[in-house]
Parts: sequence; structure tokens; C-alpha cells
Amino acid sequence: MAVIHETPPPPAAAVQPRNSLGDRISRILYARPKARLTGLLLLPLGWLGVLYIGSLILLFITAFWRTDSFTSKVIPAFTLENFIEIITVPAYQQTALRTIGIALAVTVLCAALALPLGLYMAKVASPKMRAALAIGITLPLWAGYLVKVFSWRITFSSGGPLDWLLAPLGLTGPGYGTAALIITLAYLWFPYMAVPVYNAFRQIPDSLFDASSDLGAKAWSTVWTVAVPLLKPAFVAGSIFTFSLSLGDYIAAQFVGGKTQVIGTVIASNINLNPPLAAAFGTVPILVVVLYLFLARKSGALKQL
Amino acid sequence: MRASTASLSPATEEPALSGDAISLSSVTKSFGEFTAVKDLDLDIRSGEFFSLLGPSGSGKTTVLRMVAGFEPVTSGTIKLHGTDVTSKAPFERDVNTVFQDYALFPHLTVAQNVGYGLKLRKTPKAERERRVAEALDMVRLPQVAGRLPSQLSGGQRQRIALARALILRPQVLLLDEPLGALDKQLREQMQIELKQIQREVGITFIFVTHDQEEALTLSDRVAVFNNGNIEQVGTPEDLYERPATRFVATFLGSTNLVEGELARQLTGTDSLVSIRPERIHLSAPGTPAPEGFSSVPAIIEEIVYTGPTTRYVASTATGDRLIVQEQNDSRASAASRGDAVELQWPARFNFHVS
Repeated sequence: MAVIHETPPPPAAAVQPRNSLGDRISRILYARPKARLTGLLLLPLGWLGVLYIGSLILLFITAFWRTDSFTSKVIPAFTLENFIEIITVPAYQQTALRTIGIALAVTVLCAALALPLGLYMAKVASPKMRAALAIGITLPLWAGYLVKVFSWRITFSSGGPLDWLLAPLGLTGPGYGTAALIITLAYLWFPYMAVPVYNAFRQIPDSLFDASSDLGAKAWSTVWTVAVPLLKPAFVAGSIFTFSLSLGDYIAAQFVGGKTQVIGTVIASNINLNPPLAAAFGTVPILVVVLYLFLARKSGALKQL
Repeated sequence: MRASTASLSPATEEPALSGDAISLSSVTKSFGEFTAVKDLDLDIRSGEFFSLLGPSGSGKTTVLRMVAGFEPVTSGTIKLHGTDVTSKAPFERDVNTVFQDYALFPHLTVAQNVGYGLKLRKTPKAERERRVAEALDMVRLPQVAGRLPSQLSGGQRQRIALARALILRPQVLLLDEPLGALDKQLREQMQIELKQIQREVGITFIFVTHDQEEALTLSDRVAVFNNGNIEQVGTPEDLYERPATRFVATFLGSTNLVEGELARQLTGTDSLVSIRPERIHLSAPGTPAPEGFSSVPAIIEEIVYTGPTTRYVASTATGDRLIVQEQNDSRASAASRGDAVELQWPARFNFHVS
């Protein structure tokens, strides 16, 4: 068609040298890949390294200092006293073990609830129901932490809503204590377990369930021999949250834990009186979580995340 | 549409071709407003290689899933060797399935996958191991027992899925487009193997496919599905040579469908007639038709060379266009575009279809 020849391309306008400041910086960076990488990572790595890792290191250093028992002043020194104290004093040992036990109980409770719910949402529910439940699960994440803890405090209060609800059955609620704490923590961290388990369930093809049933499995054995092994990575991922968040919590323990002491409450009560001891105790949950991650990695589940 | 169930020969050498392995009567399946299968009757004989053939959405997979027990029927009954299994769960039915995506358990080894059904039946370990080894031998993959499914090729997964289903020695094996995911060469090889294995084990195979060539190659009998109904049941030869409906005639291979004036010239009535392209031959114009032959003068419009055959499009005086498929053998006539020819074929290949 002749039309093409009638409109020649506009002359050299596009090739004019561009020389704004931005252009010059871009040109310099283009030639220097290392500078480019530094510019990209400076802010996030600085934030992570200095503020986060740095404060952890400071915490660890403080754990070796000591407090003058008369003036309550912190004296920089190098002593293992704080660590010896938390290892040898039975009250600290029991608190550490109790906290780990509570965190494990919370994790098991979350997993036990997430399994049937995930199965229902991923394989049974209609799309509408599925969306409603997904919102329902994540909704608590949008509410303030204190609001949620306080509403559980009201729920468990003596003569409160739970007691009133159970009264017709001749029962009463557990009251403030370890059971109330486990239930409250399980409520708080449930979304972190339910979401990965539900997602993993969705990724299991329906045909695997059909095949299992076809080969002679009843629903229960299909869940145990097919679903649970395939959901293992999701359970591990969820448990990292439920376990470590439970291990570090102290506010819920103060509100609904009654007399139950956990690592967090012990740290909180020492933070002013004896910061080095608090710091030493603060390393315990970190070590436990590191150990937990190591075991999770060894099980091979982290690779599939 | 019910097939006769006359027993053929005493069950000595041949796998018992007597009695119905599967019998569906007035089976209907609805998903909400949509009816996937409408009031279906079908009998499948014991020991048969039976295919359910049809385009996607024709209801064939739904029928298979109802026989397996994955989908409950909306109404009707399903009998397995005379026993009503309509309301039984999959694990209570003596049928096993090879799935389209193979559905191998990704966290179990090949041996554990194949032994899964036996383990559920609490078969002793020694016997289980022996039968797993036998099953892997049967599909000629004894060397992969310790591997995970992800470490197998598509064809190997397909065979493991087959071994896993056959190890339970079901009365009926259901295969849901099992070769669909394989490339053409592997598919043809697996077709031969499937047929051999079926002959060896003598189990009734019900095979779902949308590939007409595959269905014709493998099956003793085929049911052609369309829109939730069965259009025709018969041997591959029945279906190809004597299609009952327009759908069957066009879905299995290509065909010429003529009606009106030309149909009246050929058969005396103007209802729809099917003539396969390879039945028609080109002769010189004016060649007298032999006894019992149809003969129509035509002009060659188009010539397509396809290797072993050449296809001609010829237009007749009645305004119909017929496709002619000639073998490219030594006596092939060299017609060219615009030539006048005489199209001739034995009149017994004119079939009325509805």
C-alpha cells in the first residue's frame, strides 16, 4: 500500500541525548552492578541488621551483665550467674517447661481444629461458604490484640458468659488458669495454622481421595494415610507460628492465666528489677525456637514450604 | 439399547464372555439444573473390553464415576455381576479405577502405591511383597519399586497406576482416559499393552475415551455418547460400517451425508444417507455401473494428497459435494481439477442414518 511511503518516520527526535540528573545516575549505575545491588539492599538489610539483629545481640550481651543488689543498677561485666540461676532454680525450670508445654498444647489444638475445617473448606464447602469461612478465620487478625484478650478475660470470668452458658449442663468454665490460657492462645494464633492447612488441602487433587477410596480405604484411613502426610509441611509451617508466638506471649497469660507463670511473665516482672536476668531468660524461647526450626528442617518439611 | 446377554462359549479357554459384569438401568445423574446422564440403560458383558466414547461433556466420565461409586446416581440402579451396588461406597465395590491424572500418592514409593490396597486389606507382608513384585513384573517395571512417583516418566506412572488397580484383582477395571496425557507414540504402544494385559487377566475393562481411533482399535464393543445419551452400542465394525445416527457417522471417522434429491437417486427415499469416502471410487465419465453399484457423475473440485491416500472433493449435478478417498496404489487414476468423473461404489454401503 502506498500510504506507507507518504509518512516517513520523524527525523532523529528519538535519538536526542537525554541528560537529566536521573539519566546520568542511571547510566552510572548501569555500568556498576555492585553499586546497583548495594542501593537495592541498603535499606532493608540496614533495618534488619542494625535494628533487629543488633537488638538481639544487645539482649544477649546484657544477659552476661549483673545487677547491683543494693542500688539495682546494671553493671557491665562478664558473669554466667544469670544463666546458672535460670538453669538451677526449680521455679525457673518449671516455668520454662510449662511454657513449652503450653505452646505445644496450643499447637496441637490449632492443628486438630485446622484439619477438619481445612478439609471441609477445600473439598466440601460451596464457593460462597468457603469465602465466608475464609473471612471468618482471618477476621480476628484485623481486631486489636488487647481487645481479643480482654474479651476472653470476660468470657472466662467467674460467673461470666462461659459459666452462664455451661450452667444448664451443670458445669462451670475452667476459670483463669492454664486451660484458659491455652484456649485463648489457640484462638489468637489459629489463623496462622488454618490458612496454610486449608491452602495445602486445596492443592491435593480430588483424584487422590477418589483413588484411596477406590483402593478400599474408608474416609478415616484416607485422612490418616493420604491427607495428613501430604499436609505435613503445612502443619509444620503453621506450628512455627503457633508455637513461637505462644512461647513469647505474656499479656494473655496476665489476663487469663490466673496464677500460671510463663517465661514471658517472668521476664516482664524482672525487666525493671533485674534486666540481665530477664535477658538471660529471654534467650530460652529463642533457643527453643531455633531447636524447633532445626527439627522441622530435619524432618524435611521446610523444603516443601 | 439393551445388549443381548446370550452366552457364547463355555468358559474354558476364552475369558468367560457370559453374564453381565455391569448393568445400568434407567440411570440418571443431575448436577443441579444440568442433567449429565439421562435415563441410561447399558449392559457390559463379563470379560469385555468396552469403551465409552464421546466428546467431552457427553456424560461418559460421569457414567464411569457412578460405576466406581464416586458419584451417587440421581435415580436408577447399577448392578455389578447381578448384585445391586447402587448405594454402596467405592470401597465396597469390587471395581478399581485407573485415573486420568494417574492419582498416584506422591508421598509413597511405587511399591507402597501398588501395595496400598493390599495393606488396607491387611494382607500379610510377605504375600503383599510377592504380589507387588508380580504386579510390577506384569507392567514390566520391576526396577522402579523404590522410586517416588515424581521420579517416573508419564508412561511409567500410567503403568504403575494400572498395576495398583489390577493388583486387587477386581471384577471390573475402569479406565478414565488413561492414555490422554501421553504423546502419540507412547499412546500407541500403551494401547497394545493394555489390550495384551486385558487378555492375560481376563478382567472386564471399561475404557473412557474421546479418541475414536483409540476406541475402535482397543474395544470389543463401544458405546457412543452424546449429550448424556447413548447414540449406539456395537462392535467397532458395526459403528463404523453401519452407523445408526448422524452423530455416530460423523464422530467416527469422516463421512458423506446426503439427503434430498441425491439421496432419492441413491436409495429411493430422501432421508439422510451416509457414505464413507473410502468406499467411493473414481471412474472415467460414462463408465456403466456394475450390478449393485451406485453411480453419480461429478466434477473434481479439489485434490488433497495425504501420503497413502488422496482425497478428492467432487461436486455432483444435484449440487452435493462428496469426498472421495482413493488409495495411492499402482492403479491410482490421475484425475485433475475440473475433470468430469463417474463416482461409483457398491450400493450396500449406502446407510440411512437418523
